[in-house]
Amino acid sequence: MSAVLLEADRVERVYRIGRDVEVRALTDVSFRVERGDYVAIVGTSGSGKSTLLNLLGALDRPTSGEVRYDGRDVRVMDDAELALLRNRRIGFVFQSFHLLPRLTALDNVILPLTYRPGSRGDRRRRAQAALTAVGLADRLGHRPSELSGGQQQRVAIARALVTEPALILADEPTGNLDTRTGEEIMALLEALHDEQGTALVVITHEAEIAARARVRIELRDGRMVGGGPA
Amino acid sequence: MSLREAVRVAVQALVANRLRSVLTTLGVLIGVMSVVLLVAIGQGARTEITGAIEGLGSNLLFVLPGDGDFGAGPARSRFVVDDVADIERELPAPDDRVAGYTVGAESLQADGERVNATVFAVTASYPRVLDRTVARGQTISESDVVTSRRTAVIGAATAEALFAGQDPIGRNLTIGGIRFRIAGVLERIGGSGSPFGPDQDRVVLVPVTTGQRLFGTDRLDAIFVRAASTASVEADRATVDRVLGQRLDEDEFSVISQDEIIGVVGDILQILTLVLGAIAGISLLVGGVGVSNIMLVSVSERTREIGLRKALGARTRDITTQFLLEATALTVIGGAIGLGLGVAGAHLVATFAPVPAVVTWWSVALALGTSLAVGLVFGVLPARRAGRLDPVEALRHD
Repeated sequence: MSAVLLEADRVERVYRIGRDVEVRALTDVSFRVERGDYVAIVGTSGSGKSTLLNLLGALDRPTSGEVRYDGRDVRVMDDAELALLRNRRIGFVFQSFHLLPRLTALDNVILPLTYRPGSRGDRRRRAQAALTAVGLADRLGHRPSELSGGQQQRVAIARALVTEPALILADEPTGNLDTRTGEEIMALLEALHDEQGTALVVITHEAEIAARARVRIELRDGRMVGGGPA
Repeated sequence: MSLREAVRVAVQALVANRLRSVLTTLGVLIGVMSVVLLVAIGQGARTEITGAIEGLGSNLLFVLPGDGDFGAGPARSRFVVDDVADIERELPAPDDRVAGYTVGAESLQADGERVNATVFAVTASYPRVLDRTVARGQTISESDVVTSRRTAVIGAATAEALFAGQDPIGRNLTIGGIRFRIAGVLERIGGSGSPFGPDQDRVVLVPVTTGQRLFGTDRLDAIFVRAASTASVEADRATVDRVLGQRLDEDEFSVISQDEIIGVVGDILQILTLVLGAIAGISLLVGGVGVSNIMLVSVSERTREIGLRKALGARTRDITTQFLLEATALTVIGGAIGLGLGVAGAHLVATFAPVPAVVTWWSVALALGTSLAVGLVFGVLPARRAGRLDPVEALRHD
């Protein structure tokens, strides 16, 4: 098995707005994410970061070029295969946490496990372990509204890692947090990356975070302007 | 996602929106309740009325004017009193098996009391043919008929209404301004009036000849023939056809057996029941539209949740199933409660109304099946919309 986990190959994404208006969000983006890699994608807002994240997360398909997971192009995958890929290989961490407000921390973490076979008891044990790993062993029964922003993001991280993904995709994970909490969250993500060998792709506009990544990809107006080891 | 897990998620979502779920369920609940209740009432009416016809006695043949087409208007009768004797004579073992009558509504007066009653002018054989017996006094005799005596036999309820507990035998009674002497009181048979005929405890019988003079006619409205047994019904029908056919045209009379009447009346009431059920079904339909509507609202409110679930590995099918289950849970719960209330309502109607309500197994199955189907049909549109949401757009939604 090759060391390459994820590969973007001359990726282009064009949105059609109205009849004749086209917006070119990404042009000719190519890079690789290796197993256990740490990649930072930086750029100003409107640079195409979110578009790239959606493509890497198999939530969207490129207009041209290929996004390959384990050598397979996501464009040839059908709905069920994409769902399986997202469930098995990818863990998402969003800027705005995206926790379901009516569920407890534990049930939020269990959520991705409900889309794969397994017993309820097993799911609970795994979710509990994941919440313990992010330091929330004592907050299992709390709902998101009863947790601080940092705690909510920890729940989201536990939800991302409970499936033991090959890759954690974090979209501005510190964007809604104060500086100190943001640093704690990044430290947590990096610790998981170090200890469990999970590849980490972080979208950020903070130079400090980007500086710690092995690879730094900078986008400007949908094009890569700098790439390679940071 | 396993089905059990999906049901859990659906119930969770419904509980999270308690009031809305209850109100949406109410539409289906009322629909199912009205279907069960109205079908029960229709079914009860059918049982009651066919029972009333059967209560006239068994193995009866009804000789009616006209060609027997229920769709045609009432035909003018050409039967006369002599037809009764003619038929009787031709039947094997003649033994008061043929009766004729003509009927009119008259005002009765006795002891200063005044009531309206259905007056039957009957041949002397009438009580025997129709299984009526007198509780007190005497029935109408052959000589009463021959001499056009002004004598009357009254129903138990009429006796009660006019004489309030006193013995009416030998008392006078004015029918349509003519004085009659009360000879007997009929045995009470209970039951109530039905669309098929008047309350049999409120009738007044008078000799046919006297009655014809009272009503100003020389005809009979109809003739009853009691067959000796079920096996001889067809032979007796042929005899009646032959005897009357000598004097009347084919389309001037028809002979109908009790079973045929029960069949026809039963069919009509069955159709009535189905129409009632269909009308109630419309409210069920409206309830279904309500479910569809609220599910669409729910899908649009939970767009982000749908996007998130897709990002976490939900397939389009998982999302569709989840919303379909929510819709179906709403309608099936509503259906079950509506069924319970419908059955309870039917018992209430059976207790307090003259028409008994009969809950049949098929209306129960229909109600539950329909509420399940309503959930599936009206849940499909919102569920498909949810399943097709683009995860990128859905996650960005606020």
